[in-house]
Amino acid sequence: MILTLAYGAVLLSFTSGLLALMMNQRQNLLELSQYWFKKFPDSSQFGRSVLEKNLKERRYPHALRQAVFVLLGLSGVFAVLAGLSVLISEGVLTDQLGFGLPWLPWHVRFDGLSGFFFLIIGIAVCAVSLYGPGYVSSYKENEHPFAVLGLFTGLFVAGMLLVLLADDAFFFMIAWELMSVASYFLVAFQHENSANRRAAFLYLLMAEVGALAIILGFGVLASFSDGFTFDALRESRLSVTWASIAFMLALLGFGMKAGIVPVHVWLPEAHPVAPSHISALMSGVMLKVALYGLIRFCFDLLGDVHWQWGVVLLILGTLSALGGILYAMMQPNLKRLLAYSSVENIGIIFMVLGLSMIFMANGHPQLAALGFLAALFHAFNHALFKNLLFLGAGIIHHQTHELNIDLMGGLIKKMPQTSKLFLVGCMSISALPLFNGFVSEWLAFQTALQVDVLDNGVLRSLIPVAAAALALTAALAAACFVKVFGLIFLGQSRSRNSQKAREVHDKGMLAGPALLAGLCFFIGIFPGVIIYLINNVSGQLLGQTLPNDTASGWLWLAPVTAEQASYSAPLVLIGALIAAGICYWYLRRNPLTIMRRAETWDCGFGGLTPRMQYTSSAFTMPFRRIFAKVWIIDEQINKDMQGAMDQDVAAVHYQLHIQDHSWPRLYQPMAKGVNNLAKQVGRIQTGNIRTYLGYSFATLIVLLWVIS
Amino acid sequence: MNWLIAILQTTLFVVLAPLLAGWVKWCKCYLQNRKAPSLLQPYRDLIKLTHKQPVVSEQASWLFVTAPYIIFSATVLAASVVPLIAVDLPTTASADVIVMVGFFAFARFFLALAGMDIGTAFGGMGSSREMTISSLAEPAMLMAIFTLTMTASTTNLSGAIAHVLNDGLVLRPSFVFALFALILVAIAETGRVPVDNPATHLELTMIHEAMILEYSGRHLALIEWASQLKLLLYGVLIANIFFPWGIAETFTAKALGYGLLAIMGKLALLAIFMAITETLVAKMRLFRVQEYLSFAYLLGLLGMLSHIILEASR
Repeated sequence: MILTLAYGAVLLSFTSGLLALMMNQRQNLLELSQYWFKKFPDSSQFGRSVLEKNLKERRYPHALRQAVFVLLGLSGVFAVLAGLSVLISEGVLTDQLGFGLPWLPWHVRFDGLSGFFFLIIGIAVCAVSLYGPGYVSSYKENEHPFAVLGLFTGLFVAGMLLVLLADDAFFFMIAWELMSVASYFLVAFQHENSANRRAAFLYLLMAEVGALAIILGFGVLASFSDGFTFDALRESRLSVTWASIAFMLALLGFGMKAGIVPVHVWLPEAHPVAPSHISALMSGVMLKVALYGLIRFCFDLLGDVHWQWGVVLLILGTLSALGGILYAMMQPNLKRLLAYSSVENIGIIFMVLGLSMIFMANGHPQLAALGFLAALFHAFNHALFKNLLFLGAGIIHHQTHELNIDLMGGLIKKMPQTSKLFLVGCMSISALPLFNGFVSEWLAFQTALQVDVLDNGVLRSLIPVAAAALALTAALAAACFVKVFGLIFLGQSRSRNSQKAREVHDKGMLAGPALLAGLCFFIGIFPGVIIYLINNVSGQLLGQTLPNDTASGWLWLAPVTAEQASYSAPLVLIGALIAAGICYWYLRRNPLTIMRRAETWDCGFGGLTPRMQYTSSAFTMPFRRIFAKVWIIDEQINKDMQGAMDQDVAAVHYQLHIQDHSWPRLYQPMAKGVNNLAKQVGRIQTGNIRTYLGYSFATLIVLLWVIS
Repeated sequence: MNWLIAILQTTLFVVLAPLLAGWVKWCKCYLQNRKAPSLLQPYRDLIKLTHKQPVVSEQASWLFVTAPYIIFSATVLAASVVPLIAVDLPTTASADVIVMVGFFAFARFFLALAGMDIGTAFGGMGSSREMTISSLAEPAMLMAIFTLTMTASTTNLSGAIAHVLNDGLVLRPSFVFALFALILVAIAETGRVPVDNPATHLELTMIHEAMILEYSGRHLALIEWASQLKLLLYGVLIANIFFPWGIAETFTAKALGYGLLAIMGKLALLAIFMAITETLVAKMRLFRVQEYLSFAYLLGLLGMLSHIILEASR
């Protein structure tokens, strides 16, 4: 039953992709239906009228788009149901499908961990399919065919779901590649810009290198076991060295997809160029699938983890978190900024996962379960609020045709609904209390603070430093999203486009983000729901759950013991409402002191213009100065002079270019190396047929010699 | 009963906050040979402001008008978590010290947004600086607090204070470091000299005042009150964590009254120290603040490391 739901989700997303292909088949459909009605004149009248209405010339594209997204949404609902039911029933379901090669059936396994990620994907897909019809309607059919977008969206979602179901390495890699390649086409969807093609190629390149590393990782495991099914891989007994090699390969492969520093460079390139609902899926969900892969590989297949791996994850995670948010801060392009912020959040998740590994390897399974809980919880939260923010960015782009936050401003009055939804996203991602981001960060801190139980002195001093880095990350994230919200929605409009912006009319485009925003708030107040679900996952995977502190009830969050730490969001919410209510009621009871509107105070000089406001680069100037070493900053100020002796300044030109260190330090040398190598290889390729025949002959001789 | 005392304590926080601000001002005036305003002057200012009609810019959105209420109630919630006169109250269990820091972040988030809402250069400048300073101060503060919470092995403030109380007077090097770190952070976060000057207006150096320049009437009153409350909160944190003696452990009238007297005495002393430093030290340049806060962070880290290396149970 549960598996049927899961298969249903996959099939529905496939079908939605295939249905999108019908975009250009209106004529054929029309003929087919006429033929059908002629043959069966007594078929249902109702179905007939609906069909005929929707096959009309003008209605057809709209109706088809709706149908495609309805199917996709259903797939999301099925995924949520499947995920929830497997989590609640705590079952492990296995199956075999007779696809693929005759002697290699696809093994399917659906357990708590898969179920949890099914839930994440399902929610995200639901929101996206509410949002999608309105968003894609602005694409012109002859330039950006919907058939392509719909097909690859369906395949992409199906690929992600299949990755979670896979129970053997072959099936896993097929699904993984389906996901990667389908998303490549989505990134390259608006391929008329060369920058988009370049970004898509970079993405494909890194996805394939990552896939190669994953294959090698599976290969290392498989060489110590008989077969490629996950059951066989679980049984394999590796020496520490080989296990570490497998771990490093998996980390490289999955880390490349997840976007940890320094293999994150595809994220800020690919996310901004994809359509917004696709970037929402990629950033919110696909990175989580990579995380799933890593968890499956390390905690499930490799089995006994080593604390050194935890340290590697901890350090990489800390670097990603800090680097991600610092780079995010400097981006004027909203979607690039969000992409870098995904690097930050993935960093936080990796950090806590590393802590979990450290505790696990040191024989504290309960604390390991706590860290695992915090990591999965943050993954869930990140999927919610990053999806929300990307969808919000999509609305803003749709309405203003801008992505540069320096050219926005004042949208809070023009787009009131969007601004409220976006504010919820900003508050969640900044880890403010009462919202979901805070809960997972709180759990992460609680995990880090349990360091006293460890014996290793180095770890005991390393982990608090990582905790402080986490605090810095959270504070920087708050600063970054104050900047984002402040520049986009507050102040005065900085460009004509944002001046003319209007609230979006499509109800679905608001409903998708509203669903996510509602969940952000709900989970922030009642985190117990998700914790209960994750507890089932860690019970299956780690064999350890958190103690259920029933004494304090479901209102409370007490991960270790109630004496050590507790947090009760509902009580805090009630307190907040009381405090705000009292001061609101008390201060506004006198009708004489109702507000008066007046001009903004301009120091008596007059003429405040939008250009006098702080811009993105102005807002982040103190950070640029304090953390100057983090970026490669190219700042140029040119003055145009005029008047006698060229002494009066006519205009000042300010240029700021900020670059990631990883390009010149890591990727350009690598690209140069590959080029040089290719040149060396090129030498033996003379283009002369006789030489090639010579090579074939030599190869043949060598092979014959080897065989004989 | 417990809840009643918790509410009473939170009310006390709110009521006493302007008094501390008045006392600091009084001490400063005395040290600088000026005639001091009455200790009750902050109360009079607040009452006067609440009776005035607020003037709001035409550019302002709903966020600007709601922000003061949010800021004030977030600060009050933070206050409800901190033990003032008694430990072991139910409010301290519903939220721990990380939540308290979270509420400060909450208030600051909206303060910075409100600063940017009008679209003047001053507001953006204030917001940018406030977020810069706070993002450096927050890790330093958490470092100092984590030192304490790891010693007490709880992040519950009430539990931590009870732990220090029960341990008696033990000189821990980690606590000395953490104390200094927390003092430095408190000065930065409450916008006092040498980081910011609460008395300044219309200077390019201002931070807090730049953000709230457009506020008037009851909105201004709420924000001013919230910042006085924040000052009191940091004072109570320093006083009660590091010198908890006198705080009520039982809920009898005598113990509570004794606790109130003790905390008022401690705060009065602390305020005198603050007034002296504010008189002696000049405000520093904005870009020196990072060095100042890195120093605070370093102290916090040293405290943490000395706890781990020297004092941990094994």
